[in-house]
Amino acid sequence: MKKEIPLLITFVTGVIIVIAFFIPHQPFGRMQEKLLIWYSIVLGFTLLLGVDSLVRSNLTKISRRQPGWGYAVVLMAGFLICLVAGIASLVKYSSIIALNGPFMYVYTYIIVPLQATMFSLLAFFIASAAYRAFRARTLEASLLLLTAALVMIGRVPVGAEIWRGLPAIQDWIMEIPQMAAKRGIFIGIALGTIAMSLRVILGLERTYLS
Amino acid sequence: MRRSALTVALAIWALAGGQWLWGQTEPAAPEPPGNIVAVDAPNDEGQAVNISWQKSPQDRNEAADFFRYRLERARWPHGPWEEAGIVVGGRTEFQDTGVQPGQSYYYRIISLTPGGQGVSPVVGPVVPKAQWFNASRLNVLILTIIICFLIIWYIERARKGEQLFIRKIQGLDAIDDAVGRATEMGKPILYSFGLGEIRDIVTVASLAILKQVALRCAEHGTELLVPNWDPIVMAAAQETVQQAYAEPGRPDLYKEGNITFLTTDQFGYAAGVDGMIVRQKPGAIFFLGYFYAEALIMAETGHSVGAIQIAGTTAITQLPFFIASCDYTLIGEEMLAASCYIKRDPQLLGSLKGEDLIKAALIIGFAALAVFGTAAAILNNAGSPALWQIFQAVRNWFTTV
Repeated sequence: MKKEIPLLITFVTGVIIVIAFFIPHQPFGRMQEKLLIWYSIVLGFTLLLGVDSLVRSNLTKISRRQPGWGYAVVLMAGFLICLVAGIASLVKYSSIIALNGPFMYVYTYIIVPLQATMFSLLAFFIASAAYRAFRARTLEASLLLLTAALVMIGRVPVGAEIWRGLPAIQDWIMEIPQMAAKRGIFIGIALGTIAMSLRVILGLERTYLS
Repeated sequence: MRRSALTVALAIWALAGGQWLWGQTEPAAPEPPGNIVAVDAPNDEGQAVNISWQKSPQDRNEAADFFRYRLERARWPHGPWEEAGIVVGGRTEFQDTGVQPGQSYYYRIISLTPGGQGVSPVVGPVVPKAQWFNASRLNVLILTIIICFLIIWYIERARKGEQLFIRKIQGLDAIDDAVGRATEMGKPILYSFGLGEIRDIVTVASLAILKQVALRCAEHGTELLVPNWDPIVMAAAQETVQQAYAEPGRPDLYKEGNITFLTTDQFGYAAGVDGMIVRQKPGAIFFLGYFYAEALIMAETGHSVGAIQIAGTTAITQLPFFIASCDYTLIGEEMLAASCYIKRDPQLLGSLKGEDLIKAALIIGFAALAVFGTAAAILNNAGSPALWQIFQAVRNWFTTV
């Protein structure tokens, strides 16, 4: 029964969602929205599980002085600062996201710059990945290098200044071969998703139940 | 004397609003729009009414002459009226979504101009009704039935014992090598689902691969780290790994603290995973799930510590980054086929064969339509539009609303 009941719930839910896609009449209409609300409620409770997992694993790391425990101290300090700032904002301004509250101060002056820093690292990583991908060691890599060079130069104004045909070549590469490959992958993903969903609904795919 | 007479004349003209010199008059009140039609919106839950009309003669798309239409709705023909919406001049359609199914509604439209307003006759009653079938999705239903039939047909064939050939997927074959390499190096293995939620089908597929990785880790006694972005995925991953460690009889090796929640912030998660990679230097890293901009940040960090990396995602924008940074990449559908490939269960493989058959049919169909469309376009340009109309009808049939 430990597996049969979840499989039955999955089957019934899956079938209802499929039916609701084609039948707008009640009780099927907006069924997906209702189930998403249930999902959000479950997510809210599991967030507590997540926080519990985060706090416990880091406190264990600190108490046992495991390698890198100093980072766990920083993480716990950050966690507590955000928690206290959130509660203070709620008490003082009746809203966690009050613009002049302490939580928004932490968000604006600490969290947002940290996010921007991580995001900006992407530029350097793109350069290093592109360097490796474009090394012309094989015929395929050479073709990739040539194509990438044409696309990059065709996309900037200086490309048109060098030769007016470059933007047109860039457009052709992006709209014909690139789009064809992309759509081929999309169709594969769509069919794979249908087959996978069918396997889950029919109970053939049970890995998610462990 | 002359100056006084001129002053008096100007004063009179000013008092008269300066109109008598050029014959200006007040703008006339507009006529209301004509031919108003209000009908129940099709293919919905009975929560919308479509209203169309013919433009008022004063509606000439000139802002100075015409402002807008105000649509009003009432439960009875004599009111009370409430505003259903405002539509700018030039438009002749509106969908009123503020209605309840099964109730009667009356409508009127008021033309609003600088010169006043023109009220149309009342139309109605209109009773919005919920439909039992969304006819605009008939094409999707037919294709879904065909696809599901073919997949189930192949599953049944596999169930009867037919041998089915599945091509090699290098990324999945490399899982054992990656775990073995990390074990030999005495390093842990890191597994990331990215920013996928449990309702994403790719995350469900990834759980199957996680189980395989965890099984190998349990057999070799290798440490497995699974940092999570979604707490529900974390709970599912903990269950999966615990089960996988129990199967070869090594439940003692399972550490719940290794499968943790990090944060629901995208770049916070990337920073957390990068920190783990740099500090613990895993021998093998698996990026299997749904990824956004954090994909390359994490994959390049993994590359910098020399880990063997296997990635897979259905996020098409992130695939090139994984291909550039990782040793193996599962592209789109390969990721979704992973559980069938790993388990080698005939029924699961049957569903893959069904999928392949549909793909082959689609390739043939697309090629035939491309040839047909090209020929139709050439004939259309030559003055024979019949084939072009058939082609357009076929194309429109495949277009969903």
